[in-house]
Amino acid sequence: MSNVLPAGTPAPDFTLHATPDQTLALKGLRGRPVILAFYPADWSPVCGDQMALYNEVLPEFQRFNAELLGISVDGVWCHAAFSRDRKLHFPLLADFEPKGGVAKLYGVFRDGEGIAERALFVIDKNGTIRWSYCSPIAVNPGADGILEALENLPK
Amino acid sequence: MAKLRVPVGPDDHVQGPAAAPITLVEYGDYECPHCGHAYPMIKALQKRSGKQLRFAFRNFPLREIHPYAEAAAETAEFAATHGKFWEMHDLIFENQNSLSEQMLGDLAQRLTLDRQALTEALASGTFAERVRRDFSGGARSGVNGTPTFFINGQRHDGDFELVTLRQAINKAGGK
Repeated sequence: MSNVLPAGTPAPDFTLHATPDQTLALKGLRGRPVILAFYPADWSPVCGDQMALYNEVLPEFQRFNAELLGISVDGVWCHAAFSRDRKLHFPLLADFEPKGGVAKLYGVFRDGEGIAERALFVIDKNGTIRWSYCSPIAVNPGADGILEALENLPK
Repeated sequence: MAKLRVPVGPDDHVQGPAAAPITLVEYGDYECPHCGHAYPMIKALQKRSGKQLRFAFRNFPLREIHPYAEAAAETAEFAATHGKFWEMHDLIFENQNSLSEQMLGDLAQRLTLDRQALTEALASGTFAERVRRDFSGGARSGVNGTPTFFINGQRHDGDFELVTLRQAINKAGGK
């Protein structure tokens, strides 16, 4: 298992492509909580996979004014197609070049396989990680941990 | 291990005795093929376990990938207000492959419910809040797809074939 950055650590900043012609910088989201959801790959074959689940839970996250970002090593065009197919209403970031660079910063890159762990981070409005969790790669971690971490953020 | 945050209560649709040693809660989506697959498993499980088992069904519609899931959930809630939740629940799963608003109306008629009243309830979202409440409690409990089962409050992470569910129930102290 990787060395997942723990609660209390400043969240490493990054800038990644959210669409083929737009980038997103983590520090641009200061002032509101951010949920970083690393996942292994687009096109998981199951019904209600992790991203599809978070898409449905989005209104619950938004009650905390939180921004959800999905991150995998897939490229922008792959993300665009996946996002359109699943009707996702939150950005998917392409941790594509250098491959897994951001996953490595957060300690959630799987070297042998070249993919990110299923790892979750809740970052507070000042840019500090307040909760992190790495799920066994085959287990969709659900949203309960994220919701509890958001509830526990200082107001 | 994820735990059920909302205990089974008077708001729930329940089959089986309150005093049963095993309570099985399903968070399901009427349009999800896996839930459709689980449906006869649960029936078989109930038959075998008899009074040992209390079963509750809660709504967890994945609306973005299943366009009729929400309407189906609200239709079952509509039927519930006329005392026909389980009849509707069963009919929807048994006709899962041909889900549409038209078909939900047909099912209402079959159960001698007021079709027009259902149409109005769906249009005005009368039962949307009820469905949302189930969904929200599920999200907080670690529902991670559909169906998600909880056995005596613990999330069941195995598959939902009959043999797996029976083993899990035995382990939890039922028969």
